[in-house]
Amino acid sequence: MQWNKVRECMSRDQLRSYQFEKLKETIDRVYHNVESYRQKMQERGIIPEDINSLEDLKLLPFTTKQDLRDNYPYNMFAVPLEEIIRIHASSGTTGKPTVVGYTRRDIANWAELIARCLTMGGGKRESVVQISYGYGLFTGGLGFHYGAEKLGAVVVPTSGGNTRRQVMLMKDLKTEILACTPSYALCIAETLEEMGIKHEELNLKAGIFGAEPWSDNMRKELESKLGLKALDIYGLSEVIGPGVACECMEQQGLHIFEDFFIPEIIDPITEEPLPEGERGELVITTIDKEGLPVIRYKTRDITSISYEHCPCGRTHARIEKLLGRTDDMLIIRGVNVFPSQIESALMIAGDAEPHYLIIVDRKDNLDSMEVLVEVSEKLFADEVRKLEEVRRKIISSIYTTLGINVNVKLVEPHTIERTEGKSKRVIDKRKL
Amino acid sequence: MFVKQISVFLENKPGKLSQVTDILEKNDIDISAISIADTTEFGILRMIVNKPEEAVAAIKAEKFPVSTTEVLAVEVADKPGGLNLALQTLNEAGVSIEYLYSFIKRNGKRALILFRVEDPEKAVEVLQSAGIKLYTTEEINSL
Ligand SMILES: [Zn+2]
Repeated sequence: MQWNKVRECMSRDQLRSYQFEKLKETIDRVYHNVESYRQKMQERGIIPEDINSLEDLKLLPFTTKQDLRDNYPYNMFAVPLEEIIRIHASSGTTGKPTVVGYTRRDIANWAELIARCLTMGGGKRESVVQISYGYGLFTGGLGFHYGAEKLGAVVVPTSGGNTRRQVMLMKDLKTEILACTPSYALCIAETLEEMGIKHEELNLKAGIFGAEPWSDNMRKELESKLGLKALDIYGLSEVIGPGVACECMEQQGLHIFEDFFIPEIIDPITEEPLPEGERGELVITTIDKEGLPVIRYKTRDITSISYEHCPCGRTHARIEKLLGRTDDMLIIRGVNVFPSQIESALMIAGDAEPHYLIIVDRKDNLDSMEVLVEVSEKLFADEVRKLEEVRRKIISSIYTTLGINVNVKLVEPHTIERTEGKSKRVIDKRKL
Repeated sequence: MFVKQISVFLENKPGKLSQVTDILEKNDIDISAISIADTTEFGILRMIVNKPEEAVAAIKAEKFPVSTTEVLAVEVADKPGGLNLALQTLNEAGVSIEYLYSFIKRNGKRALILFRVEDPEKAVEVLQSAGIKLYTTEEINSL
């Protein structure tokens, strides 16, 4: 089932000509309405008329979070303020937040996207949808809220927090679809256990989890503890919020809604476009957005793209479950490595909550990588042989994931320094 | 017929062992057998103590990975061939030994050896039918 079969299942040819038409419109609008886009294009000697095919998108300059910061708060908006009906803001870890604005049409489009995502999770008019994303400046709560209303579902706007009451409502109201962050879903699962409620007593069918990266291991855990199908949703406020891409029931990548967004994958260092299937940074151009259109926005998220046919019938491309951020990327002997990949390798080797530290160094012009792994109760065995086996298993699991050989050292718990509860993941001595 | 052994993961760094013995001393816990298996990078400290549950809780509280294992406390005569009888018995029954080490405590003329075997139930059966005495935690504590 699709929410909008015409748009979600249109042929690739149709889709491409639709995209081109919308791209032209967008370029035209930003050139005339947004000073910073016009300036950047002029610096490159490009005018909107130079864009004569989808491939010409590559002629345009990239947009970064810094551009949004430099134009704080309103200067990147492509419409007068009277057209804006909503503001959201992403929490800036340093300094000012990033402010994004929506026109009435943007809000309606966003609702359309979320309605598609909920439909992917089996949502219908009669479905009870519980929204446990935070309501407020964060895009999660209100974004989902409008989409669930558009779907015509029974919307339960619980927002985050007061988990016991959430669980009680979930049980009494017979919630079918839960929308929240994966970590909050885990918190709900733990609360269920505490309250002695089995997931069989609930009516959950699907979870639409996003706003933070999560592993396949966590998916398994959530699915078994909550008795639902856990789907990944992707989005970022600079582009629109949640609903840029979402997994269908196949769970083989997230369909990116190409009638609204044109995705590209680039090498994060050289900024050169990468072919289908190769991992790199996701770049997004919005082609149906009025308030804050973005041209080639560098998301800093790492994924790959596939245009292969999906059994669900949707023709939109799929991006791989997000692997990490470009900021975390390490290049070891020419191979791109993300801490998240080490983490999943450790999980495969049997450590559910790995605490690890990656130490990268260069000896005789050769990169070396050592991974310190805290020995959890789960990994610890009374015999040297078994511990050596654990170590070998970790080494081979990392080799399978990354294709490089690393040294693994088992260390005592809590010996790896933690900052705000999270372990420090990487020490790159090459930069020191 | 089993005795609870405590195993602690230790990094091979100076002072690590005394951190654990410190914890035991503070909790007034008595050690009756101790051994360390080590590699270049880490070691496993194994002990029999008088209050295993308390010891585990105290060591855990200090964030050391700790586990407990059921082992056998086997009495052997302190004379040539004493240990051999126990080993022969297990060997003939096809029970293989993971490791063994001796107790600090003794029972008069008789020594106590700790055995960790692959098939503990079978080991108990064959050792006892060969007339070899196995000690319980209470018996060790009362020595
Ligand atoms: Zn699909």
